[in-house]
Amino acid sequence: MASPTLVKGVRSTRSTIALKLTMALSGLAFIGFVLGHMYGNLKAFSGHDAFNEYAHHLRELGEPLLPYGGFLWVMRVGLIVALVVHVVAAVALWRRAAKARPVSYVAKKNQASSLSSRTMRWGGITILLFLVWHLVNFTIGKVNPQGGETNDPYNLLVDTFDLWWMTAIYLVAMVALAMHLHHGTWSALQTLGLTNTAQSRARAKAVGWIVAVVVAGGFSLVPLFVLFGVITK
Amino acid sequence: MRLTLNIWRQANADVQGAMHRYELDGVSEDMSFLEMLDVLNEQLNAKGEEPIAFDSDCREGICGMCGLMINGMAHGPEVTTTCQLHMRSFNDGDEITIEPWRAEAFPVVKDLCVDRGALDRMIQSGGYISANTGSAPEANSVPAARDKAMRAFNVATCIGCGACVAACPNGSASLFVGAKITHLGELPQGQPERDSRVVGMVAQHDHEGFGGCTNIGECTAACPKEIPMDVISQLNKDLRTALKNGH
Repeated sequence: MASPTLVKGVRSTRSTIALKLTMALSGLAFIGFVLGHMYGNLKAFSGHDAFNEYAHHLRELGEPLLPYGGFLWVMRVGLIVALVVHVVAAVALWRRAAKARPVSYVAKKNQASSLSSRTMRWGGITILLFLVWHLVNFTIGKVNPQGGETNDPYNLLVDTFDLWWMTAIYLVAMVALAMHLHHGTWSALQTLGLTNTAQSRARAKAVGWIVAVVVAGGFSLVPLFVLFGVITK
Repeated sequence: MRLTLNIWRQANADVQGAMHRYELDGVSEDMSFLEMLDVLNEQLNAKGEEPIAFDSDCREGICGMCGLMINGMAHGPEVTTTCQLHMRSFNDGDEITIEPWRAEAFPVVKDLCVDRGALDRMIQSGGYISANTGSAPEANSVPAARDKAMRAFNVATCIGCGACVAACPNGSASLFVGAKITHLGELPQGQPERDSRVVGMVAQHDHEGFGGCTNIGECTAACPKEIPMDVISQLNKDLRTALKNGH
């Protein structure tokens, strides 16, 4: 038990709510990113050349003001910072929550919470593990699970999702992402103090559903259409 | 009604507790939950056993003193306090698990009694308005908008029972703090100390060892006064404003 004293020299920046605010802001940055990323993936429906041209265009974006690939590096640095902030804050809050109830209940019922709200932490770890494989697969390592060429983004994509188990892994990750976004979007809006009425609260929860379905659904389209032979080399 | 009760027994704060099993017969469905425990205690007294310690005061649902975890739900299955819960909410032959509030900041004093002093210390850290003493001011000299007054009044119904903390998987007291922040922050009298209030109360909240809020909503479902989740949004907004103002 904390000593029964009044705390002195208080600062708003050291509070748990400040930690939550950093989680909300970094989370919103991720939502912006996955929306853009999902939209770009849909270029696969336009065929080999359109998809590869889009991938190349991302590297030329902002030229000549930015060097070749400069835009991507700005994005990468921003996302890495957001990831570190999001994970560090989450770990700090997780540890605090674990200490806040040292003796657990013999019986405890969940009355109002959604499954996605209760699985934010393990769901986040699932997404993090998936992210490592995803980057090895398409960015850092460029691993072709079929052993073919890796320097053609479109062909690497088709080769990957042609395997049912690769598509299955990606779909599982998208379920985890959908659940994380379903609660995370609403939670971020609530943490930012934007849900002060029953109406705005209902709206924020609806936004959570929409973001989850649009992002995870949009991402799932390309692997599924490759697996079913609609998108081919 | 015949009941099987699994009740947490713990002699004092320094020893380990454990669940104990009691059979209780002849319970009327018109009894309140606490009266049912009174009947059990009379039987324990008659047998020369130590009666079960539990908190209660007004027994009419307005003081916030009673509070038990009943079958994994704070204050049991109805939206009310434990004292206003009646045995008609249970069935003959039921097995009922009764535990104290579980939180680092609510140490068990004995059996089902916990020390909720942490809530008082949060009030001491900002959950008040400073007012000059003397005769009462003219009531209409400080106008308050009706919608704001109503919101303040609705959340001022918080009785500080601690069910929100008990129900929260993170052991957070955000609903309690949010209720006080909203109650005082909606009224003109609460404005001068608005920033220092939220910073002080949240700092004391964290200092007491309560967890952070993850907006999952178990607190508001357990609250006997149905304090809504938007008080936590208000709390976050007030903290963000204080942050901006450099507090």
